[in-house]
Amino acid sequence: MAPFNQKMAPHDLKLINKLSEIALNIRKNSLIMTTKAGSGHPGGCLSCADILAAIYFHQLRYDPEKPDWEERDRFILSKGHAAPALYAALAMAGFFPTEELLKLRKIGSILQGHPDMRKTPGVDASTGTLGQGLSIGVGMALAFRLDNRPNRVYVLLGDGELDEGQVWEAAMSAAHYRIDNLTAIVDYNRQQLSGCIEKVMNLEPIGEKWSAFGWHVIKIDGHNMKQILDALDEAERVRGKPTVIIAYTVKGKGVPMLEKSFLSGDCKYHGTPLSEAELAKALEELHG
Amino acid sequence: MAEKLSGTRDAYGETLVELGSENRNIVVLDADLSPSTKTILFAQKFPERFFDVGVAEANLVSVAAGLASAGKIAFASTFSVFGVEKTLNQFKQSVAYPNMNVKLVTTHGGISVGEDGSSHFCIEDIAVMRSLPNVTVIIPADAVETRAATRAIAEKSGPVYMRLSRPKTPQIYEDGYKFQGRDLKFEIGKSITLIEGGDVTILATGVMVAESLQAAQELARRGIRAGVVNFHTIKPLDKEAILRAAANTGAIVTAEEHTVLGGLGGAVAEVLVEEDPVPMARVGINDTYAESGPWRELFAKYGLTSADIVKAAEKVLKRKAK
Repeated sequence: MAPFNQKMAPHDLKLINKLSEIALNIRKNSLIMTTKAGSGHPGGCLSCADILAAIYFHQLRYDPEKPDWEERDRFILSKGHAAPALYAALAMAGFFPTEELLKLRKIGSILQGHPDMRKTPGVDASTGTLGQGLSIGVGMALAFRLDNRPNRVYVLLGDGELDEGQVWEAAMSAAHYRIDNLTAIVDYNRQQLSGCIEKVMNLEPIGEKWSAFGWHVIKIDGHNMKQILDALDEAERVRGKPTVIIAYTVKGKGVPMLEKSFLSGDCKYHGTPLSEAELAKALEELHG
Repeated sequence: MAEKLSGTRDAYGETLVELGSENRNIVVLDADLSPSTKTILFAQKFPERFFDVGVAEANLVSVAAGLASAGKIAFASTFSVFGVEKTLNQFKQSVAYPNMNVKLVTTHGGISVGEDGSSHFCIEDIAVMRSLPNVTVIIPADAVETRAATRAIAEKSGPVYMRLSRPKTPQIYEDGYKFQGRDLKFEIGKSITLIEGGDVTILATGVMVAESLQAAQELARRGIRAGVVNFHTIKPLDKEAILRAAANTGAIVTAEEHTVLGGLGGAVAEVLVEEDPVPMARVGINDTYAESGPWRELFAKYGLTSADIVKAAEKVLKRKAK
């Protein structure tokens, strides 16, 4: 199989529909996986599903037959608790059989509770303790630039994760070293484990923060596939500085019950899966 | 015999420059301390392969992990207290757990930092680092051994923690890595027997190897045949050498510039208790914080001199006689 890269495709309706369909599949699998595992973080999987679909089925250069291919782009899920969504994307991309998905969090599984680069083909960094992914991405980007290699690095951050000081250490160093082969994406669903962002730890003005740290900032609707694709393209064109895409998203996106629950300020489904009965209903209602 | 002093961190910086010329995949990172850690020597020679991240140790360690994951051999340096204690989770998660090719080489270990005082001392690093799977832990005995060790860890794939000192410390080896004319080879995980013992064996690491050699001379004057073994590697631990020393001399003293809790003494005790519980005593810092002062005076006050080792040896020999 040829290395997977459909970047030449125009952002037409056909592509957008295809990616939205994939995102729906990521959502569906994330819900099933977490319910079957009996634990996990469904809310934050659903908010980043569209981004993951765009990354893995349009943006990233990789070869599922050769997960360690040196020329591949790298993707780091710094918000490692959205691992089920990543695993669903990787399985669909062909890194491992989809049957593995139901073994999530079980003893002996290649799918750990949080991403593990030594156990799961296609995972580029071991994460799960928040705040380290952007630094790892900076290191990769520096290495590729040093070797004059075209590889790009993508890092998906949670918004609650931005509370971690290390994220800003990394942000400062990426700008200082004028790294432009790195794109950060913030899944800005405005909910963290114990409540909404503005109550727990306000991040606003979020765009100004990144821009003050020397980053090119793009704000988008993180569920609008065309906006996601355009932003990823724009990020690739920016020279001499890193780019952050602040993706405004909805926690629990696609499942009315979850969206309503998060909107009401109840963060139960940040770290609790749906019951079997809730899952059946959610799968019926699931939309893009 | 006049004591020859030399700097482990100077030896490290100079060896990095050699390695940098030999292998273009070597990269070096620092957190604003390169003039002190001596990575500045590499920075001057290979500026494009040197990355200063500023006073940001968490970032230092994870950026090193990223460079390693893209094929680089990443040496990350700062002071021991910051490199180990501000980044334990980063080191565990970004480096040790995924087995990344990162060498965390810290200077200013122990209390020989001296005048800067307790905020800059690091006497917990052996205990912390040896508890992490995949991690190799090394403390060279002097500057000569530091050169050999720096080369050895560059060649070994995987995470390494190596601790060096601030002050120039006694050089126990002749240049070219020889001991009393005998050519040595630095092998990770293989201790070096400097003196064969008859009555007691002193197992030491870092600057305490020099103190142990002095202690052995003093013990000889008192009619006690003390062996000295240099444990430059604490993990993987040279278990065979510990058991050999226990079998040959029936009494063990450990000596380290580290808390007595969980360091070389702890590691040796774990082996002896399970396999051959001969009498042993630990020389180290006795579960306390030290203070500012010239390092030799601190060593005297906090129990890290050859006299303390002699005392420990005599104590352990009394227990052996029973």
